[in-house]
Amino acid sequence: MSRSNVFDLLGPIMVGPSSSHTAGAVRLGAMARKILGEEPIEATISLHGSFAKTGKGHGTNLALIAGLLGMAPDDERIPEAITIAEERGLTFSYKTADLGDVHPNTVMFELLGKTGGQVRVVGSSIGGGTIIIREINDFQVEIRGDYPTLVILHQDLPGLVAQVALLLATAQTNIARMLVSREKRGAHALMVLETDEKIDEAVLVLLRRLPKIYQALAIEPLE
Amino acid sequence: MRAYKEWVIEAESKGLKISEVVYQNEMDNLQQTEEELFQRMRKNLIVMRESVAVGLSSERRSLSGLVGGDAAKVEARRKKGESLIGDHLSGVVAKALAVAEVNACMGKIVAAPTAGSCGVIPAVLLTVEETLQVTEQELLLALFTAAGLGMIIAERANVSGAEGGCQAEIGSAAAMAAAAAVELAGGSPRQTADAAAIAMKSMLGLVCDPVGGFVEVPCVKRNAMGAMIAMTAAEMVLSGVKSAIPIDEVIDAMGEIGKQMPCALKETAQGGLAMTPTGRRIQADFL
Repeated sequence: MSRSNVFDLLGPIMVGPSSSHTAGAVRLGAMARKILGEEPIEATISLHGSFAKTGKGHGTNLALIAGLLGMAPDDERIPEAITIAEERGLTFSYKTADLGDVHPNTVMFELLGKTGGQVRVVGSSIGGGTIIIREINDFQVEIRGDYPTLVILHQDLPGLVAQVALLLATAQTNIARMLVSREKRGAHALMVLETDEKIDEAVLVLLRRLPKIYQALAIEPLE
Repeated sequence: MRAYKEWVIEAESKGLKISEVVYQNEMDNLQQTEEELFQRMRKNLIVMRESVAVGLSSERRSLSGLVGGDAAKVEARRKKGESLIGDHLSGVVAKALAVAEVNACMGKIVAAPTAGSCGVIPAVLLTVEETLQVTEQELLLALFTAAGLGMIIAERANVSGAEGGCQAEIGSAAAMAAAAAVELAGGSPRQTADAAAIAMKSMLGLVCDPVGGFVEVPCVKRNAMGAMIAMTAAEMVLSGVKSAIPIDEVIDAMGEIGKQMPCALKETAQGGLAMTPTGRRIQADFL
């Protein structure tokens, strides 16, 4: 394990029983909600590996829904998540799935939002409540939810990365990590940028005006 | 890689407690003020107190129905003055069960260092608080000592049942609690190291074999056992007993044992108690 801090060892404050299967599951749901960017009204949730096998006894099914409803891991309403989902108009279904060569605690969310937005998110709970989002709509990503994150779907073109970086630089936003991937040369591509500062709304507006940028999404970090 | 020994030497040379060395390091590590750090730790302490109180009076059952209500039984016997192990130690047992049961019943706890081992540290420290009439500030300091040792364990070995078995969870919690209890009781920095070493040595090799994979059987009761080991280690050390093997070497041994431990005994529910006829039946009934 890498260098930690005292509050990794005494903490988090969370609803039990398991940091990976409960607290991590809440955070996965919460990240999926942030990536959708609006109130989810329909969710199909596929559980893989240990999540599928022992999830029920750990309240993973409740925790994932709680996260989708925007709760944090220490929210004492987590055990009532199913009832709250009904009240809030979120319908959901669970499936067991083999998601391939992934971490044992992996889940896939297929979400539909209130205003019609759709997204597919795959993420893993990798221990101690830490999570990684691995996939957004077929694109491989690596988002831990500890920094403000900018996800940009665009066409693979020379100079686009530089333009995005320039816009962020103008707003005095420092890039902490960056990942660039693409389907194939010249086709759809994805940028994932983690920043030290919150991503300015104006930057997002300007980004969306750049040619060949199909989608730009700012995801706030988890608390 | 850091060593606990270095903190002992630093604390001795500057006339500080281990906790003071830890939080001063963490101010730099986290870029936060002393006030901010203590405020965060105070939140942990508040939730620890709440989880003890809730668990002692609760009759809630866990999701599987396997655990719940045992802390209240031990507490009731203690209050009748019938305890076999004395008022003080039966209080440790009751509190450890209380917090671990709250966790199993989806209540709010502080992972210490993990959710599965969340009962050990609050049980030990809140009992010492009752007995020795310590201040809240001293209690917060003791939590920094516990967390500091936890960081060393996480860096040199691990605190995960899936990686190191139960020795890495309850074993680490017991070592952290023992070190903190010794500091609370006025022991020296070196004595915190000895108590941690003795506690962890007593839990080496303990496997993680939860029935059905749930954090319930044997996890809840092992919290009580871990807390008792921490109290016993602290008592020995405060009496002048030393550990033959230094804490850093004990931690390294724990890490090595974890690597040698077969996968079936590391939180996979494929060995040990989970695979007993009764363990299998419980799992089949639930799923």
